[in-house]
Amino acid sequence: MSTAPTVDPAEPLRLLAPDGTLAPGHVPGLDLLDAWRAMLRSRTCDERCFSLQRQGRMGTFSPIAGEEAAVIGSAWALEPARDWVVPQYRELPAMLRQGYRLAQALQYYRGNPAGSRIDPGVHVLPFQISLAAQIPHAVGLAWGLRHQGSDAVVMTYFGDGASSEGDAHEALNLAGVRRAPVVFVLKNNGWAISTPVRKQTAATSFAARAAGYGIAGEAVDGNDLFAMHDACSRAVARARAGDGPTLIEARTYRMGPHNTSDDPTRYVDPIELEERRALDPVARVRRYLLAEGLVDAASEEQAIASLRADFDAAFAEAEAGSVPGADALFDHVYARAPQRLEQQRREAR
Amino acid sequence: MPEMTMVEAIRSALGDALAGDERVIVLGQDVGANGGVFRATEGLQDRFGADRVVDMPLAEAVIVGSAVGLACSGLIPIPELQFLGFGSQAFHQIEGQVARYRFRSQGAYGMPMVIRAPFGGNVRTPELHSDSHEAKYANAPGLKVVMPATAYDAKGMLAEAIRDPDPVLFCEPLRGYRLIKDDVPEDDYTVPLGRARVVREGSDLVIVAYSAAVVIAQRAAETAAAEGYSVGVLDLRSLVPLDVDALREAVAACGRAVVLHEGSLTAGFGAELVATIQEEAFWSLQAPIGRVAAYDTPYPPGTVEDLYVPSVQRVVAAIRTAMETPS
Repeated sequence: MSTAPTVDPAEPLRLLAPDGTLAPGHVPGLDLLDAWRAMLRSRTCDERCFSLQRQGRMGTFSPIAGEEAAVIGSAWALEPARDWVVPQYRELPAMLRQGYRLAQALQYYRGNPAGSRIDPGVHVLPFQISLAAQIPHAVGLAWGLRHQGSDAVVMTYFGDGASSEGDAHEALNLAGVRRAPVVFVLKNNGWAISTPVRKQTAATSFAARAAGYGIAGEAVDGNDLFAMHDACSRAVARARAGDGPTLIEARTYRMGPHNTSDDPTRYVDPIELEERRALDPVARVRRYLLAEGLVDAASEEQAIASLRADFDAAFAEAEAGSVPGADALFDHVYARAPQRLEQQRREAR
Repeated sequence: MPEMTMVEAIRSALGDALAGDERVIVLGQDVGANGGVFRATEGLQDRFGADRVVDMPLAEAVIVGSAVGLACSGLIPIPELQFLGFGSQAFHQIEGQVARYRFRSQGAYGMPMVIRAPFGGNVRTPELHSDSHEAKYANAPGLKVVMPATAYDAKGMLAEAIRDPDPVLFCEPLRGYRLIKDDVPEDDYTVPLGRARVVREGSDLVIVAYSAAVVIAQRAAETAAAEGYSVGVLDLRSLVPLDVDALREAVAACGRAVVLHEGSLTAGFGAELVATIQEEAFWSLQAPIGRVAAYDTPYPPGTVEDLYVPSVQRVVAAIRTAMETPS
């Protein structure tokens, strides 16, 4: 069994320095420009969704700002046609890479049940609002796929807040027992709405919990796209080889509010926020790409313009969808609905 | 046709399902080498292997929660909760996940699973082993709740529940595991969900019950017969789907009803039954509908539990009250 090093919690894995300098000898293993575009798409989406929510054209939305490297670096370690993503709700870029469509996501945020329909062959489970409840699902999915002879890997996401839930413990424990091919990406973004991580746990490392479950664990600079991709690629390879699950702690920071209803000025120290903004994961990759000559101001501007157009087209599609009628309440509650539910459907029409 | 106890009938259905469909997987605490604490899975791990009859960590939420993922992977999981009273440790997974996953995913991921759980009293267990929590689950849209009263139904309804594409909570009366015994075919067969069973005809009053309480209802009906009352018994078999037609017909035919269950009174399933009866058969009622249930107290320790679980005497008293009401 190959076990990941449990990195000293004081020194999470870092390959790309905040100034954009790559660790000597490291060759980025991911499709850089694709990942970069996904980062820009995520920022575009955050900006547009926030603005649309303020206009009353969107429901509750949780921006990803600050966590792009954690989400994209991890998800880009998967093969979408083979592997699975089991999200919490702040992992839209991972969902899109798997094949979930932006227009569907926007329908979902707009409160249209059709947005939750997963197309056949798209290897994701739906967004999960009950924190940590998806982690047992990820373990069962990975176990079930392996049971049926697949070598698929399941990547699931949760936060420092959700790590306090019993489901997180039960699922990590079961994954160890069954050596389920799961990569647990714990995004330690510093906050559970207004509760800082120091009030979530007395421990200084979430990655260190892996030892208690007999599984591999690694702490990673969650604002480092390359470190996230590197650690997660190794975790995926271990899982695929049958060497069991890995707990990746992505040390990142939620730069925005919890969601469109939250006002973080009530609880976030502005000095801390400024310090953390200086570690912006998107700016870090940008510095690297500019220095390497892989992008320039013009190509970046062009990319952003095209992503905005993509978003606007997807939003137009989501908005154009008709407002569902009463049948939407009853469809898909059961495959074989009880008689009295069918009667309620008739009454509601 | 051989006679089987209820637990033998359940074991038979599980064996048939494992043999007949390789997607079926049984999981729970002590279901493997131990064969389950009530022996419902005895011998199944030897027959089908430890990959299909799986001993799980002592953690109800992940027993049910991992079954959600197993179902998403294309399997048909049959998780066992060792006791329904401990189902509260998994309630968020059952009510918040299993029951609504089909709706949440708009049909992409159904939950073809059967959660088996023993429940019910009079067997002197420690706390939380005997609670009848069925009403909480009947209030979880998306879930079906099945509560058979005979060994024949237990086998046939379990077989049907496993075939049903919707998630089913299958409640097994632990008092009845060995006491309930009737003729059960060796071969695979199914009994549909949502069809009540007329156990006994009666022209004066009908007792509506389910699971082991059906036995109490039958005894009460016999006692009442000795007093000159013709009392029928309707076994609901499942709470969701509820056989509203059978309920209406049974009450309309005699004009009086007593509803009976082992769960506590307030917001118990009897309240749903009484409400349904008054909607469906109000004009045929000749007396207020009686309710016999456990008291609104926590399930008590063994020395006093017989005072708590509805007794034949309490049901007979409810029958007399209904019969003595001037119509």
